[in-house]
Amino acid sequence: MRGWRDMLWPQLARGLFSRPLTDPAPAVPEVVAEALAVRLEEAARVRLGRSLAIRHVDAGSCNGCELEIHAAGNVVHDLERFGLRFVASPRHADVLLVTGPLTRNMREALERTAACMPEPCWVVAVGDCAADGGVFKGSPAVEGGIGTALPVDLLIPGCPPTPRQLLEGLLALLEAQAEPKPKPD
Amino acid sequence: MSTEPEALLRLIRHGQEQPCRPHPRHLLDRSQWAALVEALAASPEVALLGLWAEPAMVHAALVIGTEIRLVSCAAPEGRYQGLSPVRPAAAWFERMIRDLWGLVAEDGIDQRPWLDHGRWPATGPLALRPGPAPLSVPQPVFLPVEGEGVHQIPVGPVHAGVIEPGHFRFHVQGETVVRLEVRLGYVHKGQIGLMLGRPPRAAARFAARLSGDSTVAHSWAFAQAVEAATGAEVPPRALALRALMAELERLHNHLNDWGFACNDAAFAWPHARAGALREALLRAAAAAFGHRLMMDRVVPGGVTDDLRPGGAAAIEAALEAVAAELPRLASVYEGHASLADRVVGTGTVAPALAARFAAGGVVGRASGRDFDARRWPGYAPYGALTVPVLAEGDVDARLRLRLAEIGESIRLARGFLEGLPEGPLAAPLPQRGGEGLGLVEGFRGECLHWVALDDGGLLRAAFPRDPSWLHWPLLEAAIEGNIVADFPLINKSINGSYSGVDL
Repeated sequence: MRGWRDMLWPQLARGLFSRPLTDPAPAVPEVVAEALAVRLEEAARVRLGRSLAIRHVDAGSCNGCELEIHAAGNVVHDLERFGLRFVASPRHADVLLVTGPLTRNMREALERTAACMPEPCWVVAVGDCAADGGVFKGSPAVEGGIGTALPVDLLIPGCPPTPRQLLEGLLALLEAQAEPKPKPD
Repeated sequence: MSTEPEALLRLIRHGQEQPCRPHPRHLLDRSQWAALVEALAASPEVALLGLWAEPAMVHAALVIGTEIRLVSCAAPEGRYQGLSPVRPAAAWFERMIRDLWGLVAEDGIDQRPWLDHGRWPATGPLALRPGPAPLSVPQPVFLPVEGEGVHQIPVGPVHAGVIEPGHFRFHVQGETVVRLEVRLGYVHKGQIGLMLGRPPRAAARFAARLSGDSTVAHSWAFAQAVEAATGAEVPPRALALRALMAELERLHNHLNDWGFACNDAAFAWPHARAGALREALLRAAAAAFGHRLMMDRVVPGGVTDDLRPGGAAAIEAALEAVAAELPRLASVYEGHASLADRVVGTGTVAPALAARFAAGGVVGRASGRDFDARRWPGYAPYGALTVPVLAEGDVDARLRLRLAEIGESIRLARGFLEGLPEGPLAAPLPQRGGEGLGLVEGFRGECLHWVALDDGGLLRAAFPRDPSWLHWPLLEAAIEGNIVADFPLINKSINGSYSGVDL
């Protein structure tokens, strides 16, 4: 019969010496964080602190962006370790994360979702479609980007953006919320 | 009494043959079309793969015995005889045809709008003469349900999770779902309209974005249709790389669906493990082909990219990681009564119904419909393959099949990688007219693409048919008699594409 030591020790050793599954945190692009900070100053918005609740809306994507948003939450990218969390209701959210070229059939649903968000809130457009319609630009069935319906604070480009790019963008948003650094004299 | 396949084929051959490759298309007159509808009623084994239109003409794709046939009928006054009285799956196609081309199915069993929510700048956007936009947005109409204590639960289009938008209207009695109706169309982007008038290489970008999770399968099916139409010969290396990408796509999606469905049954470990393995596959795909989802890599004529240095090793390592963990995933799935309690006997699709709707992919095969396009004669570069089939038709059967197919896909992918032929990556596409059909087995089922090119080689007409067209109606059937709380689980086990059918 195997004793408890035989089972426990190898497991402990593995835990001590193996690498964690999670990737190291990506660096935040300084330009993006600065631009966001300026935007925050201009809007004189209340800071939300180092944790953001995110509400996602698909406004016409091909579901490629959704796959990568899901991947950003897997154990390797682990978005939740940064205090970023997806929530079920816009009423609980700080960030509205929108994908797709904004179809005419989704416009009202998006506007109603945005109207449910408590202030202050941020709008993040994810993917090339959300920027300006992407490949679907010019179709009579799409509006051509999230900006046609809502003021966009941050754009994460890509077709689709990788989980790393998504994390970089969202971390920049967290960075911009941090207390401003004292300016050197 | 059932009509013999040969009799039906004879009936179709009375129509004027049109030059569509590799499967012929027959143009029937109104009386021949009516005879076809009658014959379909008597031949339940003939599968309707799709129904679509172009201005003043409707087309249908049928599987008769071991033959695929396209049939067409003119609709000069904007009317044609509908197929939905004899093939209920045709109802959703007929509603789509009415919304996009303005053609009305006579005796169609459902005349309600589908993709058109009354928010477009014109009605019938693909018709020769589109109509004016309605003055106000109409309220959707749902089928009535009567009975004591019946109430409605409206859900969507914006859902609680990170998923595509659609509206689900539940009629429930207590906890039990009496009827579910799915209302889609929210992500309609005008795909077909954007494809028309463009050269095939430009239109391929839309095929690649019909449903992002099936980007390889749809790109390949579209490319196949264009190659058939123009007579382009795809080099063997390009074919092998396409098949390799298609198997990688099947693998990452099956892992994703299996993990998510377990998660919806409040069992998170499979989701975490499948997520990690899927990430390894996507990284290998990025290392080998420069894009995690392998988007825009398959184009008419061949593929854009060769395997990058180190790509083959990355794929092999990822396949090895999945293969090594597969037995453990299966044993954990088998060994937990709490999980079995949620999935066994839940969301059953009766085999007769799956056959009637010609459901492809895992959804069909979990309900005894033994169909996989990869076994179709001439489906290159595949040889013999094992495709498991179950008859239970419940969530458990669909999840089991996903796991079982992972093993076979690993074997296939390794084979393509080892036997990769040398040679060019693409053949030049002749700039000429023609008509072609492409059929590729994606992770959901067979993706069907039909294209017609004009003499200048530009797209004159096109129709991309995602397998989800034949799955969504089955979701409505599968939930009947189940409790509302099991809906996410059942929905995920079928996993229809919203974007794929919203067009």
